[in-house]
Amino acid sequence: MARLSRRQLLKASGTGAAAATTGGLAGILASGRAPAYAQTTTVHWLKWNDFVPAADEHLRKKAIPEAEKALGIKIVLETINQNDLAARSTAAIQSRAGPDIIMAVNNYPHIYKGGTADVSALCEEIGSAQGGFYDNIKANCHDGKRWLAMPYSIVGTMIAYRKSWFDEIGVKTFPATWDELRAAGKKLKAAGRPLGQCLGHTVGDAPSFCYPYLWSFGGKEVEADGKTVALNSKETIESVKYMTGFWTDAHEEGGLAWDDSSNNRAFLSGTISATQNGASIYIEALRKPDQYKTEDDKPMKDDILHAPLPRGPSGQFLMPPTQAMMLTGYSPNQKAATDFLRWFHTPKNYEDWFAVCQGFVCGPTKVWETSKMWDKDPVMTPYRMAASGGGRVPGYAGLPTQGAAEALNKYVIVDMYAKAVQGMPAEQAVAWAEDELKKIYAA
Amino acid sequence: MASASTLTTMTMMSTREHPKAGRFEDQRWFAAALLFPTALLLAVFIAYPFFEGIWLSLTDARVGVPGHFVGLKNFEKVWNDSIFRTAVWNTCWYTFVTTVFKLVLGMWLAQLLNRHFKGKAWVRAFILLPFIIPTVLSTFAWKWMFDPTFSVFNWMLWHFGMIKTRINWLGEPNLAFASVIAVNIWRGVPFYAISLLAGLQTISPELQEAAAIDGANAWQRFLHITWPLLLPVTMVVTLFSVIQTFADFQLVYVLTGGGPANATHLFATYAYQIGVGTGLLSEGAAISLAIFPVLFVVVLLQLLYIRRVETR
Repeated sequence: MARLSRRQLLKASGTGAAAATTGGLAGILASGRAPAYAQTTTVHWLKWNDFVPAADEHLRKKAIPEAEKALGIKIVLETINQNDLAARSTAAIQSRAGPDIIMAVNNYPHIYKGGTADVSALCEEIGSAQGGFYDNIKANCHDGKRWLAMPYSIVGTMIAYRKSWFDEIGVKTFPATWDELRAAGKKLKAAGRPLGQCLGHTVGDAPSFCYPYLWSFGGKEVEADGKTVALNSKETIESVKYMTGFWTDAHEEGGLAWDDSSNNRAFLSGTISATQNGASIYIEALRKPDQYKTEDDKPMKDDILHAPLPRGPSGQFLMPPTQAMMLTGYSPNQKAATDFLRWFHTPKNYEDWFAVCQGFVCGPTKVWETSKMWDKDPVMTPYRMAASGGGRVPGYAGLPTQGAAEALNKYVIVDMYAKAVQGMPAEQAVAWAEDELKKIYAA
Repeated sequence: MASASTLTTMTMMSTREHPKAGRFEDQRWFAAALLFPTALLLAVFIAYPFFEGIWLSLTDARVGVPGHFVGLKNFEKVWNDSIFRTAVWNTCWYTFVTTVFKLVLGMWLAQLLNRHFKGKAWVRAFILLPFIIPTVLSTFAWKWMFDPTFSVFNWMLWHFGMIKTRINWLGEPNLAFASVIAVNIWRGVPFYAISLLAGLQTISPELQEAAAIDGANAWQRFLHITWPLLLPVTMVVTLFSVIQTFADFQLVYVLTGGGPANATHLFATYAYQIGVGTGLLSEGAAISLAIFPVLFVVVLLQLLYIRRVETR
């Protein structure tokens, strides 16, 4: 074997790779970087552990490999508990290191806007091509000047309930008002089948019940100027007083310590008769019909129906949690990350994932209301129109701001109700929450 | 004589060839060189974050937004925060109650383990389990045991006919706080027990035997022999435990997340919620630093006491 001197090797390799880097290996070594053609951009994507495990499986096994092939990039998907997303976002943005794309829930993009890249061009492109974004998800992802995050999906929230148990107490259609639900819940609780509602510190179920409940009584956090705190009103106090009785009469009292998965477990184990949730309870019951059964040994999936939150004195609302993808400002891979998000939201690619979710999520744009997926299962039909939720977002009656996001993140409204059901007088609980909001909005 | 002259020559050569070696013969230089790595580690991992924390607490920094100097505004805000006041009270009460229980139970366990019985080595190893298992893991197990719907405690109490409705372990503020305290005690007792056991084994059995012959009963022997001789070890163990408990985070974060309605927040969990969860870095830093003076006084008093005990 002929031996090469160091000089000969450098010369030979320089000739071979001259097209890419004019300096050959010597040039590569001098520059300290691999030649561009040999680099594969890696996009690190951080999102929640989906409540529909098949959806994450679809991403890992189908969507991501296809995107990698189509875009010539590598995508690393990391999934974590939803409640830990906020902490990871702060740590990544502050240290300017970590994921290129991070999922943000509800109006949290407003908290992180100092550390996110502008995704306006992408959002405008997708929005205009797909019938426009819903107002609520736009409000959560847009600060009035630019898009802070790319809307990803909206988790529809409805009350999942056991039809046969409501039938047994003579309630053939789901209660349309809070009074009717309270009356039904009282009978159900007496029969050992209470309603279940989370009032703990968790980003999904607790806020998406408490905010619409407050609005349905006419309560609001701030005036339309978005600054003047207006929580301490006759309507809010009435809602809190009503809640304390409603809780004692009809609810499973363990809900104060629940997280987003607790009501799923309680429902599927047959300890509660109804709970406000995404469709994950029904989807899980569908997935495992032999595991989740009624007391008559029939599959529980056949005894589950969905209905919206009841109407209060001032109307009927929902607050479906919105999910968006923030492109981190520090990311050196913003183009690749943007390309991936564009690829994912291409109708064909999004539809594949959307179908796997089975209605657990609504699309962020209105075009997805017409998807054939909604025609497959009548039990899921109520979720078709769940995305807009009445259009209100935290911070109502003002526009969403960093203050509104901070109040949501600190669970001020949730804790107002939680304190009251623990025994604090309604007026005192409202005054406490008002004080907290004033401190937040004053800053 | 020849060898002495050779040695002198070698020493001179050595001095000429390695002029810097002389510095290490100077004890001050040598000590400095030995201390340097530790000092560097302390500076990078303790001093820098500490001073960075002080600076952050004096600004209005939030996530992704560099702050401006605002003086003591964050401390003022925190001081007027009702949740912070709850966290202060909770932290002090949590530390006090758990320390007392851990000390008493740890001492009792150490006395038992100091006796000779069959399988002593195994028992000692098992006793350490709560301390060895990662806190997050064991706390998750406790979370299931306290689960509002599936609590094994409720199941047992119900089967024995002691309750008719479920006990809301983590949903009722006082019960939730008691649950958190119970788990901390469960986790911390082995540390006390094993440390105190090590102290007990340094006490000569002859002292106990002599006292017994003189007619001292078990309690008198403990009070007048064991306790005074064990006091320095006890103080050091308590000092470590107080520092750890005061800054406890994992247990409350996993078990209650500070809830229900902020009823079980400690300094660390509230600082985390505000600073990391909500992205209000400056306020979070102010809450964290509020631990410092309290902890400083506690540690100072304990160290002074230890010094007094040791110099008796």
